[in-house]
Amino acid sequence: MKRFHTSLLALAAAATIAPAAQAQTEIQWWHAFTGRLGELLDAQVAAFNESQSDYQVVASHKGNYSEALNAGIAAFRAGEQPHILQVFEVGTATMMAARGAIVPVYEVMSDSGLPFDPQAYIPSVTGYYTDTEGNMLSFPYNASTPVMYVNRTMLEEAGIDPDVDLSTWEAVGPVLDQLKDAGVACPFTTAWQSWVHLESFSAYHDVPFATRSNGFEGTDTELVLNGPLQIAHIDTLGQWAQDGKFIYAGRRNESGANFRAGECAIFTESSAGYAGVKAEAQFDWDIRPLPYWTAAEAAPQNTIIGGASLWVMAGHEPEEYKGVAAFLGFMSSPEVQAQWHQDTGYLPATTAAAEMTASQGFYQANPGTEIAGAQMTAKPPTANSKGLRLGSFDQIRTIIDEELEGVWAGDKDAETALNSAAERGNELLRRFEMANR
Amino acid sequence: MEKRVTFKGIWLPLLLLAPQVLVTAVFFFYPAGQAIWQSLFIPDPFGLSMQFVGLGNFEYLFGNRFYRASFVTTAIFSVSVTVVSMGIALYLAVLADRLIKGSGTYRTLLIWPYAVAPAVAGVLWLFMFNTRIGVVTWYLGQLGYDWNHVLNEAEAMGLVVVASSWGRISYNFLFFLAGLQAIPRSVIEAAAIDGARFWTRFRTIVWPLLSPVTFFLLVVNIVYAFFETFGVIHTITGGGPQQATTILVYKVYADGFVGQDLGSSAAQSVILLFVVGILTVIQFKYIERKVHY
Repeated sequence: MKRFHTSLLALAAAATIAPAAQAQTEIQWWHAFTGRLGELLDAQVAAFNESQSDYQVVASHKGNYSEALNAGIAAFRAGEQPHILQVFEVGTATMMAARGAIVPVYEVMSDSGLPFDPQAYIPSVTGYYTDTEGNMLSFPYNASTPVMYVNRTMLEEAGIDPDVDLSTWEAVGPVLDQLKDAGVACPFTTAWQSWVHLESFSAYHDVPFATRSNGFEGTDTELVLNGPLQIAHIDTLGQWAQDGKFIYAGRRNESGANFRAGECAIFTESSAGYAGVKAEAQFDWDIRPLPYWTAAEAAPQNTIIGGASLWVMAGHEPEEYKGVAAFLGFMSSPEVQAQWHQDTGYLPATTAAAEMTASQGFYQANPGTEIAGAQMTAKPPTANSKGLRLGSFDQIRTIIDEELEGVWAGDKDAETALNSAAERGNELLRRFEMANR
Repeated sequence: MEKRVTFKGIWLPLLLLAPQVLVTAVFFFYPAGQAIWQSLFIPDPFGLSMQFVGLGNFEYLFGNRFYRASFVTTAIFSVSVTVVSMGIALYLAVLADRLIKGSGTYRTLLIWPYAVAPAVAGVLWLFMFNTRIGVVTWYLGQLGYDWNHVLNEAEAMGLVVVASSWGRISYNFLFFLAGLQAIPRSVIEAAAIDGARFWTRFRTIVWPLLSPVTFFLLVVNIVYAFFETFGVIHTITGGGPQQATTILVYKVYADGFVGQDLGSSAAQSVILLFVVGILTVIQFKYIERKVHY
């Protein structure tokens, strides 16, 4: 028993001495990635830790996006917050409003004295995460944008030219008819219905999703997603659902399984779905830009991003923030960004990384991977296409999902559903405004 | 004849009560008190600021037709889960009680599902009824029925009721079987000799004598359906399609932990607390009168 105690003591002593001997500053990073993305993330962290000896980044998985955000919030309330927290795009307004809980990235960078050039980043990617003066508030770690995946084999089997024009919804409609007539059970499906068919849709057609520049100018914003263009689009999708041309599989990306298994012909999904399709699809496929309605003069504007960004939490030592700055600097380097972009299908955050990817011949070798970037950067973003900054956005998405399900099931018409979504969402926006006064 | 242990002084009884009081205070009174306090505010998620709104959260909730609709959903769900799980359990218990051979095996097999956590049960049922690869969906398709709980509200409700009831049948089965075995054989045999058939014996002897167990299970199952079915809903439907399976406790979670609307979430917890309190009072005041001990 006595020996056991002594060895325990020795162990405890060793444990306390070991980090001191290395004199490294530890940087905690909480994230929401598992599987392949988790491995790639760990590799980035390992590369950073090996590249220098002053800081040690420790990455911890904290569940899915919602759970990671919750963990960060709970930890902040307990004074145990990490230095870096990965927050999905819908949590952006929540983080931004918490002025005492975060340190904006541009401040972290300028305080550190490390080189930081905001011009190096792609504006339509960072735009979602900047304030109205253009200052970067959070680091755009994994940004994607919706694109369209096409099962060329299925098109061919249905007697349709696989290179058929699918650049507009007007052109997509007849192709779906042909697929349906050829006996295809699932001509069209989508992932993330609200993100693709309302949020990105609005930006892409340069119509507002919410007032006050989609919430960028203040929390007194109101949803206007029930405009004529959005109603017309949802109405069309609703018709397609009734006719069995659009098959709804779930609120998230459940439909990805249908497409990858070769059951659906056309599929709108995040550009980050690329890795999964590439790994699993046993058929000929390609990526197309998201279609638009030619009736809308401004289309195609640019689509908006999804994914997540890295927020720096308040309440740490200056030395530790230097480490955070060094890490974010490392993550912005063209090599790291280009590799991440090529491995995952997420967008490169910097122009240099995009150029590097192009010069390496990646786009030639993997046709379709350039589309997301091109779609994002085709035009300089407008007030309607910079992004969305809405409080309680996760709940608002749920409301939109519920209302859209009403349309797909044939219980409601598009106008009623979108009016109701706007009305219900506005109630939540007023509560968020109150909570953050 | 009354058997009663009397203590001298006050300290020993207090000491003996203390652990239970402490546990109740720490795990019930304190959090419940916090919920009541929080329900009067709209706080920001990080705890940096709070807006006092008095009963504003409650006004907001009761003014919201979707919240009111959630009561109806919860009622349908709870009653269905209770009826399905107790009905099937009673049927199985009566059958198992009549078994002479192999009853141990049946009992063991029937008890197994109770060991499955609600979230896991949810995933299992979801697999069977998956609209794309579910085996039951496939068989239904062969019969010409197009199962789609992703869009069909009634099917979604049916699926979460079945998944929630499944593990519960085991629990109810155990109690019903024990209750049945506690009924003196002599009473039943006497009735049989008098010419009473099985159904008459069940109605006039077994059912009344079983009523304390049934009543206990009724209370416990309603509470279960209200609070512990969260995992099933979360894994199978996430409250959808539309709001077909958004029961009250799921809404507390969704608004509080997904939506970060802590004020509304706290107010909902307080409302739930009252609802279950009232239900329990009703059960004990009115239904218990019909129970024969």
